Amino acid sequence: MTVELTKTTNPLALNVRAAWGRAYVRVVGANREPSWIFFDGLLPLLGIAAYVFIYQGFFVGATDPAALVALNALVGFVVLGGVMIAFWLNVLWSMASQLYWEKEIGNLQLYMMAPMSRMALLGGMAIGGMVMTSVRAFTTLIAGIFVFGVAFQLADPLLLLGIFFVTLIALYGMGMMFASLYLLWGREAWHMSALLEEPIFLVSGFYFPIGAFDRVGAWGRWVAIGASIIPAALGLDALRQLLFPVSSSSFLFLDVNTEFLVLLVLAVFFLVLARGTLRYFETLAKREGRLTSRHQ
Amino acid sequence: MNPTALRHWRSFKWAAWLGWQIESNWTEPWLFAIYSVIKPVAGAFILVLMYLVFTIIGNMQSPERFNFVYIGNAFFIFVGNTLFGTFQVIQADREWYQTLRYVYISPISYYTYIVGRAATKVLVAAFAVVITLSFGALFLGIRIDLTLGELPLFAAAFLLGMFTLVGIGVCLAALSFLTARHVHGLAEGIPGLFYLFCGVLFPLSVLPGWGQALGQAIPLTYWFEIVRRTVMPQDYWAAVPTGLEGIDPLMVLLALLVSAVAFFLLSIGLYRLMEYLARKAGKLDMTTSY
Repeated sequence: MTVELTKTTNPLALNVRAAWGRAYVRVVGANREPSWIFFDGLLPLLGIAAYVFIYQGFFVGATDPAALVALNALVGFVVLGGVMIAFWLNVLWSMASQLYWEKEIGNLQLYMMAPMSRMALLGGMAIGGMVMTSVRAFTTLIAGIFVFGVAFQLADPLLLLGIFFVTLIALYGMGMMFASLYLLWGREAWHMSALLEEPIFLVSGFYFPIGAFDRVGAWGRWVAIGASIIPAALGLDALRQLLFPVSSSSFLFLDVNTEFLVLLVLAVFFLVLARGTLRYFETLAKREGRLTSRHQ
Repeated sequence: MNPTALRHWRSFKWAAWLGWQIESNWTEPWLFAIYSVIKPVAGAFILVLMYLVFTIIGNMQSPERFNFVYIGNAFFIFVGNTLFGTFQVIQADREWYQTLRYVYISPISYYTYIVGRAATKVLVAAFAVVITLSFGALFLGIRIDLTLGELPLFAAAFLLGMFTLVGIGVCLAALSFLTARHVHGLAEGIPGLFYLFCGVLFPLSVLPGWGQALGQAIPLTYWFEIVRRTVMPQDYWAAVPTGLEGIDPLMVLLALLVSAVAFFLLSIGLYRLMEYLARKAGKLDMTTSY
């Protein structure tokens, strides 16, 4: 009995269990409805493929070797963008909006009454989301290599992995911060998530290098700088520079090391900010009686 | 009016009203108008930047192809919105608002209700298409050339295409009676299917042989062909060979008419079957949360 009591009151153990419990639902629970692999993993590949064919359509008839190298890089840019889109959409719809869903289906009050940290809950959600989304991201990458024949130049795999995981931590930290907004708002915040699709695909350069903004005028540079607050933008640019060094050099925005450093700062920044905003919005929502109000 | 027709009209009218409220009443009208425009304009800008990258990295220019891509993308807004507006109704009512059971037992036609809810999305899509095309024509050098003589062909093809889309949308909605919460996967995937195989953003000839064959079997491919043929200037249209140039417009209209009727009948059959199976399996008001 004493052992049980100690176990349940140890904050670290409690939060780890809470995080695992929330991740479990996504990692294991979702597989009880395996149709998601088709709907969320394979179907979205069609949209990515369409963007690949846009570039191929532009290059129809080109036989010059330099043009073919350029085409390989552009298709590779789209494939990497497709990988990052998978994570971005997961952050928007399964992280940021998740507390809204929980509110709508009546789980939120149960979470609020449980003794664990809200960060543990969101952390578990993020880990589960990353695992689920990896299926789609991995499928996109495999399709890029074997269906579209993209050839990558992998020079520094450790740095590549480092950038990828720091980007994910920063992205999901951002998702946690957005999630806190849903404690207070309902459909307004849901529409905000909807609004963060195409415009973010644009400013983050999911289908083209973000350095292209430099070529559209003075304001383009400022768009790219502003977009750097979104971890996907810098993470994607750094990955492209590592995997397509020659073609990326035509659209250099920041060098890889600077982007890695900024991503590290963003990861810490968003996690700390998420903790603060969660506390603030939870208090505010309780004070205004909006924490459990559904269908608002 | 015939009581059955009256019931369908009432179902459609109030479903459209409800759809409009759900779409727009979360904010002020001006903010809703901006919201409705930002997404399609951002989508168009993605293509602008992709074309820019192509001109720089590929050291080539092709304004005709850019025109082709831009107009295809603008009209694709109808496809995405109509399909999503239709197939998300059941899942939104069932999983999100949890009102499906109440709407379902009310004295309406639920089939017509789905179509009514989609009507709002079509209206918003029309607004977005007009804005996107105007933006392209005014600021991006997109050439639009719809003559008075081509207007009847355009209008007929457009309407038949929309009926086909609604039919496909209801078929998908019917399937969602039995599926878990996959709205986002479907929202990306199903329009992605048409995006890829209907020659929306690139000539069909770019696809491998099996992809071209599949594209030629989808009625919307011809819809996009007719839309471009009537909206783009002749020299631009002729500069991007699609492999469908030789097709007679009247044959295309006939094909669209046949497909609109076929998908309408299929949607009724599928709707009834899936509704029956969902009721039998006790899935009509299930929720799937993870």
